[in-house]
Amino acid sequence: MDNHATTPLDPRVLEAMLPYLTTVFGNAASRNHSFGWEAEAAVDKAREQVAKLIGATAKEIIFTSGATESNNLAIKGIAEMYKERGNHIITQVTEHKAVLDTCKRLEKYGYRVTYLPVKADGLIDIDDLKRAMDDKTILVSIMIANNEIGVVQPVAEIGKLCHERGVLFHTDGVQAVGKIPVDVNAMNIDALSLSGHKIYGPKGVGALYVRRRNPRVQISGQIDGGGHERGMRSGTLNVPGIVGLGKACEIAGQEMKAETERLSALRDKLRTKLEGNLDYVHVNGSMEHRLPGNLNVSFVYVEGESLLMGINDIAVSSGSACTSATLEPSYVLKALGLGDDVAHSSIRFGLGRFNSEAEVDYVADKLIDVVQKLRELSPLYEMVKEGIDISKIEWQAH
Amino acid sequence: MAYSNKVIDHYNNPRNVGQLDKSSDAVGTGLVGAPECGDVMRLQIRVNPETQVIEEAKFKTFGCGSAIASSSLATEWVKGKTVDEAMEIKNTDIVKELSLPPVKIHCSVLAEDAIRAAIGDWKKKNGVAEGAPAAQVVAAD
Repeated sequence: MDNHATTPLDPRVLEAMLPYLTTVFGNAASRNHSFGWEAEAAVDKAREQVAKLIGATAKEIIFTSGATESNNLAIKGIAEMYKERGNHIITQVTEHKAVLDTCKRLEKYGYRVTYLPVKADGLIDIDDLKRAMDDKTILVSIMIANNEIGVVQPVAEIGKLCHERGVLFHTDGVQAVGKIPVDVNAMNIDALSLSGHKIYGPKGVGALYVRRRNPRVQISGQIDGGGHERGMRSGTLNVPGIVGLGKACEIAGQEMKAETERLSALRDKLRTKLEGNLDYVHVNGSMEHRLPGNLNVSFVYVEGESLLMGINDIAVSSGSACTSATLEPSYVLKALGLGDDVAHSSIRFGLGRFNSEAEVDYVADKLIDVVQKLRELSPLYEMVKEGIDISKIEWQAH
Repeated sequence: MAYSNKVIDHYNNPRNVGQLDKSSDAVGTGLVGAPECGDVMRLQIRVNPETQVIEEAKFKTFGCGSAIASSSLATEWVKGKTVDEAMEIKNTDIVKELSLPPVKIHCSVLAEDAIRAAIGDWKKKNGVAEGAPAAQVVAAD
């Protein structure tokens, strides 16, 4: 149930890819023979499939190695191309590191970056964005859906504001595309990053949408070479991966409505069961503006890693420091204003296409059991039950 | 992360879980760590006033599996020892016994702190000099 981290390959995607891993091995850039033409035709079809899912045209899709590359390419490429116009970029604090660290690097090169805060529900305040914009602002980069708490930012409003102010709008759509409706025109998106392996496609392939009309967005390539992808991304195309991404996008578009209904129902069942059987269950982030398959909850007074240890046959992830190399709890949860203790107690569920209702029942029952057991062990839970205000204890931080 | 079998055993079957009467003169309480850090251990000992032998030990821990195992092991080890002998328990002994990886050494340090804090509390109550103070409830309202 960790489908925000990655998803299994859909068998239909694999089937579409197989010929391109075996008999159809041409280089899509080979113009002089049928091997190349076949590969190019397959890539063109995939470009259409990706474009269709987000309301774009095929020429606006650039294939990359994944969303991290797409984010790097969009932000660095726009920053470089538009540096005469300004040096200010706006993003927000709960972005993925692929956006945050890219922005940090640009700061070293003299760009100014504003990191907007989020409200307790995980969403940005549009007024904060308005206030942050100035005449040097060239780019706003704000994700559609968050990878930890699944909250969906008001992208259409952000896009509208950006276009009114003549500022380009990039969005990291890696968690949202294929899960919820995304339309680059209705949402005034100028650049959008997406990835194959989050939507039941293969790893190592992604795409960047770059708007060609109203306005025509230009991006400096960050990888030099043979001038593939209209000069924006050199490198021989990953034909099987691209075919897989295209097929994954096609399936996601066709099945989105039914899948949304099914996953929302499963997610709500999971939540209802947990909240009905346990006290001090805290849902992190807006439930109203949220991906259908996401649930992020804190089982307060129980530490996340100990919880994962008790459910080690279930794949979920925790915002607890003990599960990360840095020993810092999730920066996303901290940005919501949660105390470190609540962040340490969090579990992220990402329900996906291949999760069943029986699995949800199993996970809920097992979690309830383990949380109860660990709370028997928890001095904090005992103190709270005895009416002691643990926030007034002078803890010895170590 | 792979846990050692001993950590898993203590996690699945924690020893000496519970609470002793904090107000009793024979009981020393050590409460160490902080919720913000993701680790809080409470270790309590009941000491025979004649022999200074720790006759009972209880713990509760909020923390990762290694923290739970470290404190569970600590209660096993202090039982039957005099307070002076228990002061000799080192975090490195716990690391060795549980095969804790480097990233979990702080769990063993916390367990050692908890032992010392519990003994310190008992000494303070009984007019025996010295010891690391336990965390105190400053405003129990």
